[in-house]
Amino acid sequence: MSSQAHSGHAVVVEPSGFIRKYIFSIDHKVIGIQYFLLALTAVVIGIILSILMRFHLVYPGAHLPFVSGGIMTPEQYMALVTMHGTIMVFFVLTTAPQGGFGNYFLPIQIGAPDMAFPRLNMLSFWVTFLAFVSILAAFVVPGGAPISGWTGYTPLSGMGEVTGPGEGMGQTLWIISISLFCLASLLGALNFIATTIDLRAPGMTLFRMPLTVWGWFVTAILGLLAFGVLLAGGILLLLDRSAGTSFFLPAGLVVNDQVQPHSGGSPLLWQHLFWFFGHPEVYIAILPGMGVASHVLSTFSRKPVFGYRAMAMAICGIGFLGFMVWGHHMFLSGMSPYSGFAFSVLTMSIGVPSAIKTFNWLGTLWGGKIQFKTPMLFALGFVSLFVSGGLSGLFLAQPAVDNMLHATYYVVAHFHLVMGVAAIFGIFAATYFWFPKMFGRMMNETLGKVHFWITFIGAYCIFMPMHFVGIAGGIRRYADATGAPYLGVLQPVHMFMSHSAFITGAAQLLFLFNFFWSLKSGPKAPKNPWNATTLEWITDSPPPIDNFGGHYPSVYRGPYEFSVPGYKQDFIPQNLTPDEAARLK
Amino acid sequence: MRPRKRNSGSAATAAMLSLFLVIMVVITVYVFVSGKYAPPAAITSVGHAVDAQYALTLWVTGTVFILSQIGLAFAIWRFRDHGQAAHFTRGNNTMEVIWTTATIILFLGLGLMGHKAWAEVRFTPAEPSAIQVEVTTNQFVFNFRYPGPDGKFGRLDPAQISASTGNPLGLDSNDPAGKDDVVVPTLTVPVDHQIELLLRSQDVIHNFYVRELRLQQDAVPGMVIPIHFTANQIGRYDVVCTQLCGLGHYRMHTFLDVVSESDYQAFLKQQAAGQ
Repeated sequence: MSSQAHSGHAVVVEPSGFIRKYIFSIDHKVIGIQYFLLALTAVVIGIILSILMRFHLVYPGAHLPFVSGGIMTPEQYMALVTMHGTIMVFFVLTTAPQGGFGNYFLPIQIGAPDMAFPRLNMLSFWVTFLAFVSILAAFVVPGGAPISGWTGYTPLSGMGEVTGPGEGMGQTLWIISISLFCLASLLGALNFIATTIDLRAPGMTLFRMPLTVWGWFVTAILGLLAFGVLLAGGILLLLDRSAGTSFFLPAGLVVNDQVQPHSGGSPLLWQHLFWFFGHPEVYIAILPGMGVASHVLSTFSRKPVFGYRAMAMAICGIGFLGFMVWGHHMFLSGMSPYSGFAFSVLTMSIGVPSAIKTFNWLGTLWGGKIQFKTPMLFALGFVSLFVSGGLSGLFLAQPAVDNMLHATYYVVAHFHLVMGVAAIFGIFAATYFWFPKMFGRMMNETLGKVHFWITFIGAYCIFMPMHFVGIAGGIRRYADATGAPYLGVLQPVHMFMSHSAFITGAAQLLFLFNFFWSLKSGPKAPKNPWNATTLEWITDSPPPIDNFGGHYPSVYRGPYEFSVPGYKQDFIPQNLTPDEAARLK
Repeated sequence: MRPRKRNSGSAATAAMLSLFLVIMVVITVYVFVSGKYAPPAAITSVGHAVDAQYALTLWVTGTVFILSQIGLAFAIWRFRDHGQAAHFTRGNNTMEVIWTTATIILFLGLGLMGHKAWAEVRFTPAEPSAIQVEVTTNQFVFNFRYPGPDGKFGRLDPAQISASTGNPLGLDSNDPAGKDDVVVPTLTVPVDHQIELLLRSQDVIHNFYVRELRLQQDAVPGMVIPIHFTANQIGRYDVVCTQLCGLGHYRMHTFLDVVSESDYQAFLKQQAAGQ
């Protein structure tokens, strides 16, 4: 079948030269790997920051040779908190699943030669790279990194150095970095949406798209609608800090006995702008992982996804409701308590599609033939962790209970279980699953399993006890326990969590070793090592420049035709014609 | 020797994973139920209502937690690959409807039931007979202002703020109503009497939280935010700031002293005499 004459696809030309091939490449596969490597760098930095934080919480007086002054100060701790959160949420959780795997596999899974706008794709990555450089620069400028948390509430973040160390150049670089990131993500979102709508292979209706594609697609819609708001907020904040405006700063502020010259602004406006973005952002962080979980659970249970349509609709439902719940971060902010009640009802509602997904994951496993390869272990872990983390959200969604739990370690436990572990498990599952396709080699199974076990057990050891610290009144973002006497009794729990964190953090070296060693020395990977059904598995490992070597597939069935009765082979790839499939009977 | 069964590794992995999930559930439920890390007892009736809602939520989420994790553990063990064929199904619409409806009723019901504990404090203003105390926060102290015998808070002027000369709130020297205002670093209130706190901030967002009240509220610059409570137990309670406010956030701490009515009157007299 002649591809160029009939399919209407653009001719994809292999680039020449190292720069065009690997640096300024317009190939979505290269860009996907670039995003992935950026996220990998970011996660290593982010974990180191968290290890330092956990170390300080239990050994506050320890001598640290690389810290100026020898002992970590409260403001240095706060800088770690701020940078850890910012780097992890933006440069890991919003980058690896969507920019990394989404970029690489969305076009291939829908049978396309590339993204709709390859040059825009390249621009998105390099602007993200600039954003990453900006945030890292905050560490080395005078005053150091900002101390206002990843949430950057004003007026703490809005008046410059006068409110605290790091609030000068460091905070400005933070704002610039986030703004650049928003810009890059907006461009990326446009690309993903156009690609998904326009470039699907013949026969790939919306309801024959893999759930991974649904995840990336809805995530992109969220990004398109949310990132602009944060970008606007970032610009307004920059103006407040440097152009004398007062969007977020009211009159009469006195810092260090000096009356500040602003007037007319509202600190709550920043919170509304931030969280209107911030809540969809956390669904941006988890939806791709949910898509991967469904995909991997089905593949390694040798069963279709249970309730595929319900799963696709639940992804849409989570995305839609995700825009209506931002006020649950603001129950105690001074916002109207009536709004609080409305946001609470909407937030409890978002538990419904999440629960539907959990039941359907269990339904997918039920009656299956479960194979415990490493990607599957991480997908199973994802389900367990998402249940644990999601359920604590039901406490926080109720403002009356939030009176007790707001700004305690209970919140930190909740969002770490869903984002800091479940979403990360989604990334791990995706990595182990797609590594053979991306790099043409298999990762080591034994190392993968050991990595899974230590990380899964370790994550529960770190974050389950954290709930108890919060319930007892352990306040988050506290540099140490000396300020409030009652916190002393919680130190043994902190000690347990910190040591679990040290071990779990160290275990990630196994993953890094496995990843880079396998790139060079892993056994060569076949086209379809997992006997999977979606379009990426019909092409070479790694795929050629145009993804399908000129033979663009058409699609004849849904994405999860496993163990179909009457067929000898327990999977039917999407691209087989009915005649070709009949030969599998 | 019997040839090694294909997929025999499944049994060990499945067993370990299922077992770990079960152990994790048992330990988690045990610690939650044991109350080992409970907050201190509530000292207001609304606080008890919050506790009741928390307990109800724990029951509901706990049940879902146990069923889901054990269900997952069971599926992992029961359906591990031991040579069987998978059972093909695309799903079950009846089940979808059932579990969706059940979840809606459960979650929304839970949320609506929790509304009362929120409404009682937040939708209802303080009674006219409530004792008003103004709480002013700044980096990194709490100051509490009582209106004094004239019952009126004096005007504040930010330009006159000077902590070093004993005017941390910036009481306007031109306003006679402020002359008898009492400004102290700890909060003293009488038991069984409604207190209305007017939360303010001079610089960045802070927060006022007393665990025993089950009540906290951000203090936002540019706003005066009222909250109210009635403490029913005499004692000394920790007040902490929970909203990140700078490098001293962790040490922004003071005390709430709930005292008898007579001790409260004595406190006011003593403050008046000291002026």
